[in-house]
Order: sequence, then C-alpha cells, then structure tokens
Amino acid sequence: MSDKQNHSMSLTTPDTNALSGKQKAAVFLGVSGLFILALAVFNTNFPNKTLFLILALGLITAGTILLSNSLYLDKLEGIKNDGIWFKSLTSRGVLAWIIGIVLTGFYIVLYFFPQYLGQGSNGEANSGLITLFDPLSFLLSGRPASQWFVYGTLYTLAILIFGYKYILKYRHNRYQQLRTVSVMFFQLAFAFLIPEFMARLNESPDYNLPYYDIKSMWPLNYYLFDGWSINGFLSSGYLGLGLLIFGVLSIFVVSPILTYKYGKRWYCSWVCGCGGLAETAGDSFRQLSSKKLSAWKLERWLIHTVLVFSVIMTTAVVYSYLGDDSSKYWLTRSTFLIGVGVLLTLVFALTFIFKRHALAKDAKYGAIGFFIIIAALFIMYFTGNSDKLFFIKSSSLRSAYGLYIGSIFSGVVGTGFYPILGNRVWCRFGCPMAAILGFQQRLFSKFRITTNGGQCISCGNCSTYCEMGIDVRAYAQKGENIVRSSCVGCGVCSAVCPRGVLKLENDTMKGRINSNDVLLGNDVDLMDLVNQK
Amino acid sequence: MEEHIVIIGNGISGVTAARHIRKLSDKKITIVSAETDYFFSRTALMYIYMGHMTFEHTQPYENWFWEKNRIELKKGYVKTVDSDSKTLHFEGGESLNYDKLIIATGSKPNKFGWPGQDLKGVMGLYHKQDLDSLEKHAPDNKTCKHAVIVGGGLIGIELAEMLNSRNIPVTFLVREKSFWNGVLPQGESEMINRHIKNHHIDLRLNTNLKEIVSDENGQVKSVIIEETGEEIPCTVVGLTAGVSPSIDFLKNSKIETNKGVKVNRFLETNIPDVFAIGDCAEQEEAIDQRPPIEAVWYTGRMMGEVLAQTICGNRMAYNPGHWFNSAKFLDIEYQTYGWVHGLKGRPGYENHFHWKHDDDTKCITIAFHENTNQFLGINTFGIRMKHETFDGWLTEKRDIDYVVQHLAEANFDPEFYKTYEKDILESYKNQFQPA
Repeated sequence: MSDKQNHSMSLTTPDTNALSGKQKAAVFLGVSGLFILALAVFNTNFPNKTLFLILALGLITAGTILLSNSLYLDKLEGIKNDGIWFKSLTSRGVLAWIIGIVLTGFYIVLYFFPQYLGQGSNGEANSGLITLFDPLSFLLSGRPASQWFVYGTLYTLAILIFGYKYILKYRHNRYQQLRTVSVMFFQLAFAFLIPEFMARLNESPDYNLPYYDIKSMWPLNYYLFDGWSINGFLSSGYLGLGLLIFGVLSIFVVSPILTYKYGKRWYCSWVCGCGGLAETAGDSFRQLSSKKLSAWKLERWLIHTVLVFSVIMTTAVVYSYLGDDSSKYWLTRSTFLIGVGVLLTLVFALTFIFKRHALAKDAKYGAIGFFIIIAALFIMYFTGNSDKLFFIKSSSLRSAYGLYIGSIFSGVVGTGFYPILGNRVWCRFGCPMAAILGFQQRLFSKFRITTNGGQCISCGNCSTYCEMGIDVRAYAQKGENIVRSSCVGCGVCSAVCPRGVLKLENDTMKGRINSNDVLLGNDVDLMDLVNQK
Repeated sequence: MEEHIVIIGNGISGVTAARHIRKLSDKKITIVSAETDYFFSRTALMYIYMGHMTFEHTQPYENWFWEKNRIELKKGYVKTVDSDSKTLHFEGGESLNYDKLIIATGSKPNKFGWPGQDLKGVMGLYHKQDLDSLEKHAPDNKTCKHAVIVGGGLIGIELAEMLNSRNIPVTFLVREKSFWNGVLPQGESEMINRHIKNHHIDLRLNTNLKEIVSDENGQVKSVIIEETGEEIPCTVVGLTAGVSPSIDFLKNSKIETNKGVKVNRFLETNIPDVFAIGDCAEQEEAIDQRPPIEAVWYTGRMMGEVLAQTICGNRMAYNPGHWFNSAKFLDIEYQTYGWVHGLKGRPGYENHFHWKHDDDTKCITIAFHENTNQFLGINTFGIRMKHETFDGWLTEKRDIDYVVQHLAEANFDPEFYKTYEKDILESYKNQFQPA
C-alpha cells in the first residue's frame, strides 16, 4: 500500500501538497470573512452592518478567487487531480471530518434552532447573524432578512465563488465551463433574485405570491402544492395563476421533452440548485462516492421509496384542501384521486407494455410492489374502509416528509456530509425529482455515454471521479454504452479519461443500450460469436 | 471432475482468459500471482503515486467477484514448470497440478548492463512493487531532491509526470535526438519535446547514460552522462528503456522460448496443453505490421478472449484487426489508428500529411500511400477521434481525400469543444492540391 495514504489523517501534510504562501494568504482572507459571520452569530454588535456584511462576503469571495487563481492559473491546462487522495480535506482526513461536523451543525441549527442564528420568535425582532444580512435583504425585497435569506445568500455565494474555481480548474473543457456558468446563472437569477423581487410585488395588496423558485420543480419543490402555496398563487391575479400553470407544465411537459432530448443532465447539472452546489462547492468531494454494488442496490430502493412517499404525501395534501361538492369547484376530492390513479396506472402500464425488457428483475418487483401499495390505498379509500385518505392525517404526512426528507435528508445529510460521503448523496439516494428524471432517462431518452472502441485501459479514473457512484469503467472496458438512471451527465468521467474513451451524446433511441462483450480490435468473427450467445 | 485450468499471471490477459473461460464453461480455474492478491490495472499505477486514485480504485472488480465466479486465486511465485507431469513448483516448495496451463506473466523492465543498475533507488515502473519502491525513495521533494529518468518511451514520460506531480525535479535522458521519434513522426515528436519542457522537466535529447554512481551505503548518489561526462546528483533513477517478457522461470522447462514464449497463431506453445498470452507471448511470425511481441493492454485482453474460445472447445486463431493504440503525454492525449511511422520501419511509399494547431498542443498526422493515395493511418494529438470510424475507413481502403473531407465524422471530443476540421482541410488543400 502506498505510504502516502497514511498522511491523510494528519492535518498538516508535510510535503508537496502543502499550500504555498500565496495560497495560505488566500485561505486566511476567506477564513476572516467567515470569522466576521461567526462573530455575528455571537451577537457582536457591528457599528455599520452594511460595511461589515460587504467585508465578510467580500473577504470570502476574494479569498476563494485568489486561491483558485493560484491553484490553476500558474499551471498548464489539463486535469488537476494531483494529490487529491493525499489531502486531509479530500480524502476523509481530520480536516474533512471537522468541516463535515461544522456543516452538519450549521444545517441542524438552520432547520431546527434558527434562534441561535438570531431568528426572533413570537414576533420578536431578529438579531445576530440574521440582522447582519438586513441591508442586503432590504435592498432586494424591502423586508428584513430571515434565516432563509441568510441561507439563500450564502448558498448562492458558494455556487458563484466555487463556480469560478471550477471554471478555472476546467479551463480546457468548454462543456464543463458552460454548464457551470449555467448553474451559476440559474442560482443567482431564479433561486435568489427573482423570488426576492416577487416579494417586492407582494407589497401590493393584489399580490400574495408564495416563495417560488420557478426552476425548482415538484417533487423537489415538495411544497408547491401545499394549501398556503396554492392559495398564494390563486390570490395573485394572472401572474400567480401563470406561475402555478408553469409549475405544473414544467413537471408534466417541459421536463419530459428536455429529458427525452438531453437526458436528466439538462436539469441536474445545468439548472438545479442542489446539483449546482454539488458541482461547485462539492466538486472537491466527488471522488468519495461509494462505487460498491451494494451502494447501488441501496440507492435504487431508497430513491424510489422517497419518490413514492412524495407522491402519496402530495396527493394527501392536495386532497385535504379540496372539497366534495363539484358545483362549487370542478376539481373535487374524487376527481383528483381518480386523476392521480389514472396517471400512475398509465405510467405503470406503458412501462410494462413497452419497456419491460429494459428493466432488471428487482426493478420489476419494486415497481409492482409500489404499484400494489398505492392501488391498495386507493381501493381502501373508495370502498370506504378508511375515512382518512391513506389512514394518516395529511398534515402529519406532510410534516414528516418536510422533516425527514426536506430537512434531514437533503440538508443535514445531503450537504453536511459532503466531505465524508461525497457531494451527491441527496441527488443519488434521496431526490424524488432525480428519481423521475432518471426513470425517464433510463427508458425514454436520447442521452447516453458512448465508449471508444477498444481504447479503454480499465484505469478507473472515470469510476473514481463519478460523483453518482457509477462504476463507469465496468461499462467502458466492455465497450458498452452507459445508460444509467442516476447519471447526471456532469461529463467528468469523459474529462478525466486519459485515453479519450468516453463521450456524452444525444442520439437515436435505437441500439442505445448495447452490450458488446468483445471490443473492437479483434476480427469480426469473434465479435459475432460472443455477441450471439 | 472438471478440467483444471491454471493461469500464471493475474494481469489483463490472464484475467480476461479466466473470465471468458468461466462464461463458456464450468472448468476449474486457478490464477496464480506473486505480485498482488487481486487483479489491478497496471496502466493506472501512475495515478496512485499522483494521488488521483488509491490502489483499490485500480481494481476493476470488487473482491467478492472472484469467489462468486469460482475463480481461485493463489498467491505464489512459480519457480519451475514440469510439463511432463503437468506440475508447477512454487518457491516455497509447494506444487500445483494442471490440465491446461496458460502463461500470462507479462513483462519486466529492461536493464542494459549499466554500471550501478541494481543500486538502491534504481527502479523501473512496471510492477506494483516498483510503485512501492518509488514511494519509499521518492515520497516528496525533501527526501528526493532530484530524479533522473533513463529512456524516452511511454513509461519514461509517465514517470516524469509522476515525479513532477510531487514537485520533484526531473532530468529526463533520451537517447534519440527527439522524444520517441522511432515511433512518432518528427512534427509530433518535436511538439511533445516542447510540451515536456513546458512542464519544467529537464529533457536531455541525444543523451546516454554511462553509469549510476553509488554512495557508501549502496544508494544512488548520481549518474554520469556518456557524451559529456557530466555528473548529475540524484537519489532516484528510473530505468524506462522498454520492457521484455518475464519468463525466467521457464528457462529449464521444455517450453520453447526466444525473447518470449514462442506461440503459433492459436497461442499454443510447443508443448500440448500449454499456452501463452499477453506481453510474454512471442508470435512465431509477426502478424501484419505488428511486432512479434506486443506489450499493449488491449492485445493482452484480445488474446485472453481468443484463448478462452480455444480452451472451451472452439479452436480459434488470434487475429487482431487494424492496429490502434493510445497514450497520454502529460496533458496531451494521443491516439493512433492504422500505421503512421516515425523513423523506424517507415515504408518508402508512406507519405504524411501533418497539421498542427498554433497553440502547440494539438496536431494530426495522416499517413497515405504515395501512389494510390490510400489512407494508411492517423495519429491524433489533443483531439479525440473515434476508433470505429477509422477501423471502417481502413477496412474500406478509403483514400486520403475522403478521410480529410469526412474527418468531422470521426470526432470524439466532448460537446461544445472547438472543432478543427475546416482548418485541417484548408491546410491539406494548401499542401497537396496547389491551385
């Protein structure tokens, strides 16, 4: 075993991977910015909030930019993975654990103890870190800052500054650069600025818009169909109605079309905010995802269970605020449930009629199992065996989902554990949106990663740097296209391949899932022979 | 009782043979290796030292794979082979019987009798043990203040890149007047010379090693250059002047060897039920323009696939298609399809069209027949191209005009990359079709 590995538990790597003087200065700048934020948490009363907020965010930005410049601009363009597995931060060393614990702690405080960030309860004024962000919040939306505004600002800043770092790291690769610019744009404009401007509109009595990041689709945006959200849209005139219609269209029309043409990557690594953070701030941790077969099995069960949970939860929530009287409003409880039932049956039936050969045995069992559970719930409701839909109060379902999936899974584990489990834990094991897009990507999309004849040398760079834990090499060394539900199309496998073997492509559906067992290079007879088997 | 197939060597050839025999049959399979417990990708050793991957990442199959597929793994060093009694004798005194034997022992680094070539700190880069040795002697640039690499081939430049990744200053001694110019045409070879120097590697062309000098502890202290007598202080010397078959253990056996184990097109040796594949096999007659011994990843794999057919009752000749290969020179990827010759072995009729981008990191060379214009092969640097497309064009015997005009069809670069086909076509017209 390489002796080098043992250094990863030490804080100070004694040799070549140590930071240069310039880089240390950059880290110091960034940490001082964070320090100002920490002081604010402990209620330091800054004389001039605007100045100190600018200083804090400015120092963090400057530090990251200087560090990135020093890391990449002095070197020739190319793959920059030297020393990844020797550095404490990127190989689950002490530094990684410290940052993991701090991040996890931050998320726990953010979700469950916002008072420690200074969020006032029962109408009290905010204090601490949150008020430090007041100047920016007033500037954008005219309201005082909240815990979510602070989080949104830091989140967006992280994507922007680490996006800059990523662009420099891949300055030889336009695919990487373009998709990074794209996630930076969507985060800044759609997730951060537009909702703030929508809040401005709400100053007028004609508008009562809910917080809405229009690129975030149901079921990732699981609160889209909550009663308060729907009421907000419906009481905000044509704009509100338009946004609601866009929300429904985006999941049922826009997404299927784009996913068919480009695969789920159009969303997961070009648009999505969770993906955006993973690809930028989380890039240093992509190699930590587990490539074991057992992890893949866990992934398939977990992510589809979350999807089923979110479908049941949303159905129950919508059901709870609909009425029974069709003369008052066309959409009644029964029509809605029948609609959902028909849609799910249709998806299930079409999949089994046209695509059953493309499903593995356990996928079939899983699909049938989930379908039976949902069907049973519906049947019990309509035959009157249960007065509550799905036995449980919809509000309990909703709050359980919000707590376990929305907060703990996607936030605390999904981001807090970046330095330990890798940067796409949520996207891989939990995101119901990724499950839907992945389902379509596997069965009905033009996207695939193709391999280049016999050039693969099984080195394993592709698998190592796949953030979704796909064993890319297992396909590449067989000359087989990679068509996997979980692939977010980040393109890093292709980038790190030293032999030019992998390419992300959109092409026809025909022959997309191939399985050559013998690669190009041997004479044709042998290929035919083995493929016939 | 099922037939017992014993494979010596757990590299790509041996493991591929084992996997395919398992797919085709229920035979008992044992793989013997003295190097590592499990199969790993030899070509990835460099990335372990560079910190891109851990050793585990270089293993293409998880450890449970072998038991699940009933492939027995035995760690041990085979000392002699007795083909009369079909017995292997191990260094520790153990023995193992086989019904059929596959020799897939690969290569070992060449040493040309340089004084001091066995000193501490002198190593090749081939085995896992070489990597361990490098890690020991060159963990960082304080322990190893300077390293010298001898031999300008693919492994030499990889070793230079490895040491460079840990900021260890490297002097790279290349016997030829330009890097790997026996294989690469001049324009390409010179571009790589410049790329090496851009990485601050001290490339010395036309330079031979005279001797390696020892300190009082039998450790390398310096090397002396043949031409100038200059002494370069260093604590690590990498010998990367090619590899040759690792078959010393067959010396006293009845199995016929030359440089490698002599085999016919069916990969059979002179002894029935004994076969050889991969780097250690030497074809009695060279196939096409390929050398009789091919130390290339994919040929090892293909031989394993073919031999599995033979062993499972479908006797089949090894019949590789058009030549191809690839490598990476620091940051520049290289692929080749068909034959493009450097100084060595270039036939009189082989003419070249060469295009190079201004940024000095991308170029292509297309070889064609001077009289017939038939497309013979392409080297591409910094632009990824499709194996399948060129394989087709070579089979169809396209001419160079066709290839240059349809080059876009062969592009395999990632989406949104700048393309150069127009430039290339312009340049081709200027060179070969004066108006």
